[in-house]
Amino acid sequence: MGFLTYLINGLSLGSVYAIIALGYTMVYGIAKMLNFAHGDVIMIGAYVVFMCMANSGMPAVLSIVISIVCCTALGMIIEKIAYKPLRKATNLAVLITAIGVSYFLQNMALMLFGSNPVSFTSVIKWQGISLAGGALKITGNAIITIITCVVIMIVLMWFVKNTKPGQAMRAVSEDKEAAILMGINVNATISLTFAIGSGLAAIAGALLCSSYPSLTPYTGSMPGIKAFTAAVFGGIGSIPGALIGGLLLGIIEILAKAYISSQLADAIVFAVLIIVLLVKPTGILGKQIKEKV
Amino acid sequence: MKKKALSLALCAAMAASLFVGCGSDKAATGGESVDTSGELTWRIGGIGPITGGAAQYGQGVMNAIQLAVDEVNEAGGINGYNISFNFQDDEADQQKSVNAYNTLKDWGMQILEGTVTSGAGQAVSAETYADRMFMLTPSASSTDVTSGHDNVFQVCFSDPNQGKVSADYIKDNELATKVGVIYDSSDPYSSGVYQTFAAEAQAIGLEIVATEAFTADSKTDFTTQLQKCKDAEADLLFLPFYYTEGSIVLTQANQMGYAPVMFGVDGFDGLLSVENFDVSLAEGVYLLTPFAADAEDEATKNFVSKYEEQFGGTPNQFAADAYDGVYILKKALESAGLTPEASAEEICEALIAEIQKVSYDGLTGEGMSWNDKGEVSKAPKAVIIKDGAYASVD
Amino acid sequence: MNLYKNLNKSTQKLLVTIGVIVVLYIVMSVMESTGNLSSLMKGLLVPVCAYSLVAVGLNLCVGYLGELSLGHAGFMCVGAFSSAFFSRVFQETIPDVPRFILALVIGTAMAALFGFLIAIPVLRLRGDYLAIVTLAFGEIIKNVINVMYIGKDSKGVHFSIKDQLSLGMDIDGKMLINGPQGITGTPRQSTFTIAVLLLILALVVTHNFVNSRTGRAVKAIRDNQIAAETVGLPVTKYKLVAFTISAAIAGLGGVLYAHNINSLTATTNNFGYNMSIMILVYVVLGGIGNFSGSVIAAVVLTMLPELLRGLSTYRMLIYSIVLIVLMLFNWAPAILKWRDDHGLTTAAILGKFKKKEVQ
Repeated sequence: MGFLTYLINGLSLGSVYAIIALGYTMVYGIAKMLNFAHGDVIMIGAYVVFMCMANSGMPAVLSIVISIVCCTALGMIIEKIAYKPLRKATNLAVLITAIGVSYFLQNMALMLFGSNPVSFTSVIKWQGISLAGGALKITGNAIITIITCVVIMIVLMWFVKNTKPGQAMRAVSEDKEAAILMGINVNATISLTFAIGSGLAAIAGALLCSSYPSLTPYTGSMPGIKAFTAAVFGGIGSIPGALIGGLLLGIIEILAKAYISSQLADAIVFAVLIIVLLVKPTGILGKQIKEKV
Repeated sequence: MKKKALSLALCAAMAASLFVGCGSDKAATGGESVDTSGELTWRIGGIGPITGGAAQYGQGVMNAIQLAVDEVNEAGGINGYNISFNFQDDEADQQKSVNAYNTLKDWGMQILEGTVTSGAGQAVSAETYADRMFMLTPSASSTDVTSGHDNVFQVCFSDPNQGKVSADYIKDNELATKVGVIYDSSDPYSSGVYQTFAAEAQAIGLEIVATEAFTADSKTDFTTQLQKCKDAEADLLFLPFYYTEGSIVLTQANQMGYAPVMFGVDGFDGLLSVENFDVSLAEGVYLLTPFAADAEDEATKNFVSKYEEQFGGTPNQFAADAYDGVYILKKALESAGLTPEASAEEICEALIAEIQKVSYDGLTGEGMSWNDKGEVSKAPKAVIIKDGAYASVD
Repeated sequence: MNLYKNLNKSTQKLLVTIGVIVVLYIVMSVMESTGNLSSLMKGLLVPVCAYSLVAVGLNLCVGYLGELSLGHAGFMCVGAFSSAFFSRVFQETIPDVPRFILALVIGTAMAALFGFLIAIPVLRLRGDYLAIVTLAFGEIIKNVINVMYIGKDSKGVHFSIKDQLSLGMDIDGKMLINGPQGITGTPRQSTFTIAVLLLILALVVTHNFVNSRTGRAVKAIRDNQIAAETVGLPVTKYKLVAFTISAAIAGLGGVLYAHNINSLTATTNNFGYNMSIMILVYVVLGGIGNFSGSVIAAVVLTMLPELLRGLSTYRMLIYSIVLIVLMLFNWAPAILKWRDDHGLTTAAILGKFKKKEVQ
């Protein structure tokens, strides 16, 4: 029974990583950049939900919708000001700018919301189910997070495969030059990707803080890094890869803590990551990069 | 021609900014307790994180010192001289803390009331010791801060003190037979308290059935640690870390339906004032604190209401310790009969002797006095949270 | 002057850089001895050199090997802790000067060893996958150091990865590495003179390396690995050499850092990914492949938040805005073109400064 409990906790943690990782992987797939500010957009999203719910007494769903709108707008503004001018520069330049944006968002939040932690009210009221006569308890947070994560992934995959803008995204990700020749508006496509990624960040923020209810201006940065790791783990650029990477990372983290050592859990997670990447150098579902001579 | 003019203007601007930088540096170095405005004042400096992950602790200290300094100045200062106060950010990083200290030295600091965190304190205390600068830390509780440094004194009680008192208290009051511990293995404060708790537990025969750790990099999910303590049938959890993580642990334990006795140390103080926190979760939590924001005495009421009015939010124990710190300095300076004309070294030597003689009644303790190791005499006292407020257990 | 002109361009640049460093060194030393240097500046001299060293090391990896590393703070950490550990153990037995020299050698060698061990598997990976593995490595180092407890008493050296208690030491024992409390009491031996000498040494070594046969091979591999393989270059070997040197220089920076501060702990800010990213910022802002640029960027970006202290809580906010603006100013194609049109290229701006210096 112990093992099952750990597994479910792992799945729950993993699905939070997975939703965040989706945001990383989409942006990476299309714009070929590591958006280090993603974790901080999540934090902003969580604060917006918190403000709506705790301070204005709005219902959870409405709060999340408002948060999605805010984050989408924020993501597009960031892209416009900080990333777009660097589109033709080296990838590293955009990476550093993203770090600058990350610092900016953290310190902005520090100004706006203060440094004291706030306790986040869960957006999920459901207490969850208990099985095997109460020995195995699955919280409502865990169940809803996992379901949301799977639904988002399916919708995204459908979107990318079957809609015009989705196909444009795939084309841009495959070959930017050719996409331009085919009349695809690359700039608009990249903006759209940022909009979707940031919208997802709002949902991720709400779910992250529902399960782990302490919110500070720095809440987003560590889950952000973990999710980035998860995205690479699964094969960065791949949507199902982000899900698998996120879930695996969550499960490994929990099992390492449970069965090996809670002091060394971080080291173990990263060691597993290294081993996996040595066996599969482009992540679990990543595409082999063909090198052209 | 236009191009040239523009580029020249830009260069001139850059050069000018360089010189401006130099200028302000010079003014600062020339300080040496001579106030630029012509008025002679005490120069007290503070160091702590006001940005970065530990910002809430540093900002509390900064605000509280400011509050106390304003009060003292209004009431006529120390020995007739007003206090100038300067607080520098260290992001809880050691190197940045040393930088902050050097900045304050350039400003002409005579007494340091800092640092807020233990890790930074370890680095800065070596500097103050070498420079003979008196250092009174409101909240850096590690013994590494004070040991070997005769110029460093603590307002808060030290880590070993807390760990020992906690273990003894649990044993004496038979709160539990099997104890589980969760601590932050990447934090000097948390692991410091844990070490002494474990040592004392072993000495007095208190059984620790589970020892689980977390790190700064994975401090969102405590379900596994809680589950393991539950599986080991721990009926008391010793939680030596801060209330930010504390609120998560309480929530997650509640979701799991695990309800052991929760025993926090002084880091748990502040738990009840976390915005939007469901205080019913904290019902029955023990913690060590010298200060309760809802205490009825005049001094605490005055401090809390002024703090809330000026900065918003309820002050925590960090802030109370810092507030006391200013008055402790005032008392020691008054009984030493010093004036700000004295150099930092003179003040340091005088205060080292004087602080060991004074006895001070403050927000965080009655009759506080200090020994030559820099430790304060006040004993950590356990309180229990009852109906959303601290209640004395004795 | 003829001799100078005969040298190739990159050597000329190196000499200019070293010249500027020496001039700055002399200026700083004179200011210090006449008491004109503020305590803040005095305190920053060695850390700035340490960061510059790590940035130079990372630039070798990013600029010439063409691989993004997010774990150089890990190598810095290895250098810092191994050397500080050594200095603490032999604090009473070996005299100061030889001990510090040995500490420098040990720190650098340990970082190089770790660099080498990491590089063997890691260099098989490409691009961002390599970046994440180096990041993972840095985090592992930090995590492991935080659970290490090493103490010494009359019975010898004790080691544990659990806690201080399980060492079972006598009362007379002293802790050498105390978990997250790290190493306390490292002798302060890094001086500005040593730091500057090491920085110059690192610049000369990297310069010679990138212009050597091996260095040219590394550049060929960066530009086109398949072509390099085709002409029979032992790709793995050259990559290994470059990565190891890069790690060693970072380790050297770590030794300097450790011997400038009394108490050494491994946190996200000083040896974790935050620091790795900070160093990467120095490299990219200073110019990828441009060692002097790394040094300048390290100096400017270390000074900037210190000079902004007057702004109190707004400090880091302003810093982040300056960082974004600097990046756009230096890298955005549209802005670069505008700068070209208005005679504001980096060379032109530097030229203006040179003229001023002459006047």
